[in-house]
Amino acid sequence: MRYAMAVDTRKCVGCSDCVVACQTENDVPIGHCRDWIVEKTTGTYPQLQLEIRSERCNHCANAPCVRTCPTEASHYAAGGIVLVEESECIGCKACITSCPYDARFIHPEGYIDKCTFCIHRVEKGQKPACVSVCPTHAMVFGDLDDPNSDISKVMATRKWKSLIPEAGTDPKVFYLI
Amino acid sequence: MIEEIITSGRMNPEIDPVLHVWGWEIPFYLFLGGLSAGILIFSAYFTLRNRQDELPIAVKWMPIAVPFLIGIGLISLLLDLSHVFYAWQLFTNIRWESPMSWGAWTLLIITPLSIAWVAIWLEDIFPNWNWKFDEVKAVIKWLKEYRRTLAQLLILLSIILGMYTGILLSAFNARPFWNTSILGPLFLTSGLSASAALVSYFSKTEVEKRLFTRIDIILIGIELFMIIHLFMGHLAGTQVHIQAAEMFLGGTFTVSFWVFVVGLGLILPVILEILELKHKFIPAIVPVVLIVAGNLMLRFIVVNAGQASRWLY
Repeated sequence: MRYAMAVDTRKCVGCSDCVVACQTENDVPIGHCRDWIVEKTTGTYPQLQLEIRSERCNHCANAPCVRTCPTEASHYAAGGIVLVEESECIGCKACITSCPYDARFIHPEGYIDKCTFCIHRVEKGQKPACVSVCPTHAMVFGDLDDPNSDISKVMATRKWKSLIPEAGTDPKVFYLI
Repeated sequence: MIEEIITSGRMNPEIDPVLHVWGWEIPFYLFLGGLSAGILIFSAYFTLRNRQDELPIAVKWMPIAVPFLIGIGLISLLLDLSHVFYAWQLFTNIRWESPMSWGAWTLLIITPLSIAWVAIWLEDIFPNWNWKFDEVKAVIKWLKEYRRTLAQLLILLSIILGMYTGILLSAFNARPFWNTSILGPLFLTSGLSASAALVSYFSKTEVEKRLFTRIDIILIGIELFMIIHLFMGHLAGTQVHIQAAEMFLGGTFTVSFWVFVVGLGLILPVILEILELKHKFIPAIVPVVLIVAGNLMLRFIVVNAGQASRWLY
């Protein structure tokens, strides 16, 4: 089992519904967020290109945060989901500095928090909150090891990229382009 | 032109626009850790060379500071932890890949050993010292028998302590400025240089003063060499490494680094030390203060610059 997510940059309109859904579902403290929207404009006016991405923890297969964590609080859970065990986290922030995507933050209670791919929902066979609310169906979630899963199909048929794979992280969030 | 807008309010002041999760506590500890390592290495090395009576400040006196320096360092590390009541978790896990885990375990071993090392010399430097309890006297006697073994162990652990303060940072590939393996040796050398400067300042005999001034000059030379290599490595690297180096070559950290760390913290004191060796009168305090301040500033600038550098995507 290898959980992954794909975000269709051609469908995403940047409405932030995924962000709000995540905050509600996971009771994310006010002022923080586990996912966010990036609108990237490139080119010179009037030849401009716009790419909108819903970003979050990339649940890397070679996660630097897991490597630098001194206590095993950051760890791989079932399906390669990267999680933080609150009761083992000492708040040293090594994982925050390790993350090239800046996906982690300090929870007001002191431990380090981030996207969990909504593992509590996934274990019940549901989709992550962000995926389930997306009004344009821009996000796909599933198991890469299952060739019949939605994610495997979309990855096989569409062009995609991942964010800074050259950082050696082997990210598991993909962007359809 | 590339313009990037992050909407949906990623309002994490620690992360946007520049990551800043580590404040003064980490660089301050890195400084104290490096200084402690330097003092212990000199003390243990000259004990092994049987020069303890010739070099009393380096071998016997300076280590007294180490337990205090490490203690203050540990307090500042604890102040940095945001989930501090779980700090004991460091010692229920051994993580070979995490330099922070290495550091925690090294500190756990080196702190009591440094206290034992101080205890061995106390009777030498305070002739009237009385341990009062027979059990303590027996332990000290036993420790003295193993003085050489303890010295060898301390050298090994101190090198790990001095190196890991740099390796801790170089292990973070996400921060291109830190992501160079030269930081480990650079921090070790700069810790050694600060402690050599302090020894030469406090020493009473001409032999010890001149020896440590000479050692310090060599160490500063090595440090300058490594700093040049740090930038050569970055400039020959990828775009993110080039941009990280550019923060020091015209960017935010240019003046603070080249004027204060390199100019006032390395080049000026090394000139003063050379003049001192040539018997020119230089107030002894001046090079020491410059070196120690430059040392501290090097840690602060490296920690801040690393957090300001990032991958681009």
